[in-house]
Amino acid sequence: MNMSASVTSESKACYAVEVEGLSKNWGHTAVLRGVKLHVPYGSSVTILGPNGAGKTTLLRILATLSRPSGGRVRVDGLDLLRFDQSIRQRIGFVSHQTYLYGELSSFENLRFYGRMYRVPDLEQRVVELLEQFGLAEQRDNLARTLSRGMQQRLSLARALLHRPKILLWDEPYACLDQRAADALTGILRDLRMKGSTILMTTHDLERSVQATDQVALLVAGKIVYEACTQTLSREQLLATYLERTRSRT
Amino acid sequence: MTDWRDALNVVVKDVATEMRTKEALGAMLVFALLVIIIFNFALELRSDNAREIAPGILWVAFAFAGMLGFNRSFALERENACIEGLMLAAADRSMIYVGKMLGNVVFMSLAEMCVLPIFAALFDVPVLNPALWLVILLGTLGLCAVGTLFAVMAVSTRAREVILPLLLFPITVPLIIAAVKATGQVLDGQRLSEAFVWLRLMLGFDIIFTLLAFLGFEYVIEE
Repeated sequence: MNMSASVTSESKACYAVEVEGLSKNWGHTAVLRGVKLHVPYGSSVTILGPNGAGKTTLLRILATLSRPSGGRVRVDGLDLLRFDQSIRQRIGFVSHQTYLYGELSSFENLRFYGRMYRVPDLEQRVVELLEQFGLAEQRDNLARTLSRGMQQRLSLARALLHRPKILLWDEPYACLDQRAADALTGILRDLRMKGSTILMTTHDLERSVQATDQVALLVAGKIVYEACTQTLSREQLLATYLERTRSRT
Repeated sequence: MTDWRDALNVVVKDVATEMRTKEALGAMLVFALLVIIIFNFALELRSDNAREIAPGILWVAFAFAGMLGFNRSFALERENACIEGLMLAAADRSMIYVGKMLGNVVFMSLAEMCVLPIFAALFDVPVLNPALWLVILLGTLGLCAVGTLFAVMAVSTRAREVILPLLLFPITVPLIIAAVKATGQVLDGQRLSEAFVWLRLMLGFDIIFTLLAFLGFEYVIEE
């Protein structure tokens, strides 16, 4: 089979991310139980949920770091199990782990990852990203010497190096102070304006309402609630969150 | 799609990191030298038995030093979960294995090059011998092929320092025996053709285990 032709024919899709009946088991423990989720192109969706609900597992599956136990997942129209390498070229994944080599400088980290993604005009792209994320002055500093906020920004720059269509972001506000979190919200807003598709998880209800178009509530491995943030206040979301998570966790 | 540039990128990154920390190379060198020096003083070496004993000591030093290097090479990837960063790259994951393995070959070879002159001086054996280098190269490739795969398996376990030797040494016993025998014959001044049986075994080991590791790495690296 001609793989590239097949990838092209598979790519015509309505949704950036389509998840149908996704399940994931760790031994006898079911972490995800029939998750159904559709993320349209250019939209930003936050997945909320208590600890252990399966948010990180869901994102790790979409990022091809973990294999699903069942169900169907398509990213940018491509089947996750068949075209994992092509999918990795189309997604950027930011985790609470930075994936940065402490003994390499900011520039060297981005250059290394850029080479792994075959980024054209790499040096120029790296400089552009360092400037965009306010890290130009830290260009030659070792990653381990950067503050947590700077590392988080560098990690985001790493995920955006290859200009992915879809950004997967796990707990972006974890371990950030107020100022760094505000800066991150600004970055998210810019990415949305540029048309990126963003799927993120967070515990921060207020920021999820501010920063994204849609919220989905994942409880005990299932999506139990979805809403558009334009018609939703923080108070309404909090009430729903408390009600839906009370009896299931 | 398989692209050898990915493997090369990983090697360049590993070498750049090691140049700064010198942790793997330093540990390998110190350990290998200690083994050789301690055995040299512990065993009663005479001119007639040195060549029988020396090959075993040399390969004990290389094998254990290599193990330290394999552990270190993935400890680096464990920090900040960098191994996942590599897995996220749009590269064939088998090329990550090739890159890590070649990096280990580079570090182990550097350590071996430093150890050999001291080994020659202490055991009074000739090491400026291309046949000996060939034996060492084949042994190093085999150790690195298996060691790199097992190091990535061990790194995700809690008892990683214990798991790696438990996995590595039973599998590499045939390789190490062949390496010791071939080294002995070469140091004894025999022709390379006389060590051919052992060299063939080492070459077979290298090819089989490199291929198995190459094909299996993607499955091993996943959760």
